[in-house]
Amino acid sequence: MPNDSQPQLVNVQIDDVWHQFPKGTRLIEACEQAGSYVPRYCYHKKLSSPGNCRMCLIEMGMPKMGPDRKPILGPDGKPEINWMPRPQISCATDVSEGLGVRTISPLVEECRRGVMEFLLINHPLDCPICDQAGECRLQEFSVEYGRQDSRFLEHKVKKPKNVVLGPRVTLDDERCILCSRCIRFCKEIAHDDVLGFVDRGSHTTLTAHPGKRLENNYSLNTVDICPVGALTSSDFRFKMRVWFLKETNSFCTSCATGCNTIIGTREDVIYRQTPRENDAVNSTWMCDYGRLNFAYLERDRRLLEPMVRTENKLQPATWPHAIASAATQLKPYVGWQTAILASGRMTNEELWLAGRLAESLGVTLIDIVPRTGEADDILLSADRNPNTNGARLLRLASGSGTVLQQIKEAVWSGQIQALITLGENPLRCGITPEYLARLPVYVVLDLLANDATAQASVVLPSLGFAEKRGSMINGKGRLQRLNRAVRGPGEARDDWEILRDLVQAISGGNSESHARSGRLDTIEDVFRQMSEAVPEFAGLTLSRISDLGVQVLNGDGKPGNSAPEKMREREPEKQPQ
Amino acid sequence: MAITVSRPKLNWSERLYLPAILGGMAITFGHLKNMLLGRTKVTMQYPEQKWDSQMPDHYRGAPALVKDEGGRVRCVACQLCEFICPPRAIRIVPGEIPLGERFAKVEKYPEKFDIDMIRCIYCGMCEEVCPEQAIFLRKDYAITGYTRAEMVHDKEKLIEIGGVMHGLVLKWNEKK
Amino acid sequence: MNPTLFLIFTSLLKIVGIVFVVILPMVSYSVYAERRVSALIQDRLGPNRVGPAGLFQPIADAMKFILKEDFTPANVNKFYYWLAPCLAMVPALMTIAVVPFGSTLFGVPMVIADINVGVLYVFAIASLGVYGIVIAGWSSNSKYPFLGGVRSSSQMISYELSLGLAVIPIFLLVGQLRLTDIVRYQIENGWMIAPFVGHWTDGWKWLLAIPMSISFVVFTIAIFAETNRLPFDLPEAETELVGGYHTEYGSMKFALFFLGEYAAMITGSAIIVTLFLGGWHLPVPWWNHAHGFHWLLIDGSLGGWRGVIGGLFNIFVFFGKVSVLLLFFIWVRWTLPRFRYDQLMRLGWVFFFEIALVNIFLAAIIIACLPQ
Ligand code: SF4
Ligand code: SF4
Ligand code: SF4
Ligand code: SF4
Ligand code: FES
Repeated sequence: MPNDSQPQLVNVQIDDVWHQFPKGTRLIEACEQAGSYVPRYCYHKKLSSPGNCRMCLIEMGMPKMGPDRKPILGPDGKPEINWMPRPQISCATDVSEGLGVRTISPLVEECRRGVMEFLLINHPLDCPICDQAGECRLQEFSVEYGRQDSRFLEHKVKKPKNVVLGPRVTLDDERCILCSRCIRFCKEIAHDDVLGFVDRGSHTTLTAHPGKRLENNYSLNTVDICPVGALTSSDFRFKMRVWFLKETNSFCTSCATGCNTIIGTREDVIYRQTPRENDAVNSTWMCDYGRLNFAYLERDRRLLEPMVRTENKLQPATWPHAIASAATQLKPYVGWQTAILASGRMTNEELWLAGRLAESLGVTLIDIVPRTGEADDILLSADRNPNTNGARLLRLASGSGTVLQQIKEAVWSGQIQALITLGENPLRCGITPEYLARLPVYVVLDLLANDATAQASVVLPSLGFAEKRGSMINGKGRLQRLNRAVRGPGEARDDWEILRDLVQAISGGNSESHARSGRLDTIEDVFRQMSEAVPEFAGLTLSRISDLGVQVLNGDGKPGNSAPEKMREREPEKQPQ
Repeated sequence: MAITVSRPKLNWSERLYLPAILGGMAITFGHLKNMLLGRTKVTMQYPEQKWDSQMPDHYRGAPALVKDEGGRVRCVACQLCEFICPPRAIRIVPGEIPLGERFAKVEKYPEKFDIDMIRCIYCGMCEEVCPEQAIFLRKDYAITGYTRAEMVHDKEKLIEIGGVMHGLVLKWNEKK
Repeated sequence: MNPTLFLIFTSLLKIVGIVFVVILPMVSYSVYAERRVSALIQDRLGPNRVGPAGLFQPIADAMKFILKEDFTPANVNKFYYWLAPCLAMVPALMTIAVVPFGSTLFGVPMVIADINVGVLYVFAIASLGVYGIVIAGWSSNSKYPFLGGVRSSSQMISYELSLGLAVIPIFLLVGQLRLTDIVRYQIENGWMIAPFVGHWTDGWKWLLAIPMSISFVVFTIAIFAETNRLPFDLPEAETELVGGYHTEYGSMKFALFFLGEYAAMITGSAIIVTLFLGGWHLPVPWWNHAHGFHWLLIDGSLGGWRGVIGGLFNIFVFFGKVSVLLLFFIWVRWTLPRFRYDQLMRLGWVFFFEIALVNIFLAAIIIACLPQ
């Protein structure tokens, strides 16, 4: 009896070697796991398999059966294989006991060459202007299986180029190899069935259904999965060749889901974000909103140098001066005269240091500003703060909003004399410029200039998510790490360094936290200090968080670390056709 | 293992070195005399005398962007030359040709195309890699300037040096 | 006019004239000649752009050196670093003071200081030149200059010996150290190495010319070594020592070393000319009925314009001889390769020193046998 939790293993012979795979594994995946990558266009492991590109043809065979309906065993004790005379596609078959596969054989190679020749009959010579070049499956496989020249003398079929499919996606129909991945994605994952093929034969054309546009919040995933350069991102289009991009593993900080991403940068400019596979978080997708939400890092409004208000004007200052000035301005007030507005967009390390800052000033009024939006049932979370869980865990978030209300009233009544906002605009929680005008001391740590920073006593410019390291806990309790993809602009400094310097300037070198864990020279030191105090982080270091994250809380944000359900994988509600 | 170099045995007049010295001086004086009499002539007076007409076809001068007979600057900003250039002399900012332009069907063009001629080593890799037959090493070799900025050839300058090339493949003409 | 005032006035005039009008331009043009001649020897053209045939090149070079940034490296010994170039330049110019570069002009002797220890003065001052180099090498606080400086001092000391010994036969003969007297002697008896004037059929004189010629060769070679010219330019051997003692120098300070070297070359040539080649004297073959064939002496002693022309002619002859020697220097430089350091030392101590010593005895014996 096979055990439910232990899926049954079957024996499969791949390229003359026997392997074991759990029952139900796709043959194409099994081959890949066995080290024989089978070229493919239409198959995508998170989508249904229509088997329409024929690139994945392999030779397949079943065990020879003896008259006793038992497999005939060869001299090596393994079943002998009865090879089928015709090639089969590997993307639509699951492994079964005694199955034999040949991914390298004259027949298989011949098939691949044939498929490639057909695909290239009408394919334009667009590579020099095609955004996919460099990561194009068609290019890759034509290096391996393509011909140098074309035997096709007729004119190529002309199809529409530069078709605007939706606000974020541009289609070049000539380059489309009709794999239908995009159609299946829209139908199965985005539940927005807008794409389809029209016409027949060589003239088959991908298009949006009449009157519809590809404008759902996941449309850019079609660009990722399109094996060729047919679907291109209007945002990234023609901006930079992919081979120049430095790839940094990171995750999206636009909502609490924290989709894993790769940030593509060149020379400190971010060109694109693409999703990175993580079945515990985002499968292989991400939403367009999060994907495109990086342009603000390069806004003109970025704060580039620390500023201190002198003679009622914000004047540029040096860092030591700005920190010292903030400290001397904050020090005269006792705890109940000061409030801190932290942010759910801060990393755990920054929040931890914000906690130390509150300690050193004796502040009790501290909270994060909630940020909510509409959720969908795919990836986008209603909580648009990426690290609400971290703030809760570090006891900086009340969750109720009463503290925010209290702060607001106390600012108005004049009880609060000094306000510190950390990466948050106080206008978002109703603390308007009139309120701010009542504050003698207002210290701002932020990325972008806005109405509030204009009223600050001290402005400390900090870094955005792609410019720093740090960890956050997503909505499902997974601790993930941000990596630095680009350097910050101007003199902006890492938030944790600013907070550390501020804490040290306020409490002097011998503060309790200083004494507790020694010097904080790197962000690793901050994490170590934090992990000593927070049991959920025990035994972890920042570097030890894997690229796929570590589960530190239960899926509902409660203590414990059972992983949540896997993201839906390749079981569409209904098979197409 | 040490190698012993056997030195030639010198007779006494050779040991005196004087004949050799005088012989050497005679040789140098001969050269001097021939130069003075105008019998040797090897130096070319560069800016006045040039060798341009005898420059071989494979001469590699300044890289430049060429136009074809149709007047189209052939570069499509594929950035392969930027990638291949060993000293990273090339800097391209690609852009999209606005709809309605004459060559809009080519879609992509270089918005900026700079070659830093201080960096360029005239290797010709860019010409070799270009899939569009758009960049060629021309015969211009006197690339000079007073400032570093002057030594960066921008797109206009490159097109000016490049001029028109005939007989190139015109694949874009077949495009819809 | 008060004779003292007159002396002071004429001396100043001579100093200024000789240093600024003759020597310094000559220095810069010998650099130009060096470049042109070396180019011609190597089948090139050399500087031919600035002015006609490149004749203004030295002026352009001077301007360049003056306008260049005067850079002092951080770790040098500032005082000595600045002192060294002056020490290299000044002795070279000072030696010229005792050299008679003409007969008389308007009755004024064409020598700045006609002192009776003339040759000793020359040696005394010329050997100061090594201080410039040694100090430059040491104060630069850098290994190559230091090696250059050390090489230079040992080289100079070695060759000064033969230099000094080589002139002794002349003093044996003339019995005077005063350079004007040596020239005077040569006017009467013919040049040291070619005694055509006077009783030129006298075999003893020709016998005497043998040790004189040996002295001449040894002295000339020693001057090569003294002035750091190839084949003895080891203190600044580029291939081994970057630039030798002046590696760390730039702009005008470097130019001073450079000029000093050429000035030393000029004074060296001037001394050779004075000692061996008859100084400003050029005998003109003449024939008249009274004396038949004889050598005519042209100098500034005649009255009126003839005297002026004669005086100028002598000056011209002197510097003409110097220029020929300079060209010879250049010619040798572009022909011979550099010696190895041990060869240089061996040559100085084992050959030239001995040769000069034996030569003294040779000359002494001949002079002793000389029928009075
Ligand atoms: S889709 Fe691939 S093969 Fe086709 S033009 Fe683009 S890069 Fe080239
Ligand atoms: S556009 Fe791309 S993903 Fe869609 S069918 Fe064509 S090739 Fe496939
Ligand atoms: S010739 Fe070589 S170095 Fe110059 S731009 Fe082309 S690739 Fe770069
Ligand atoms: S390789 Fe050719 S087409 Fe591509 S950017 Fe360079 S010049 Fe332009
Ligand atoms: S991948 Fe199997 S048919 Fe396309």
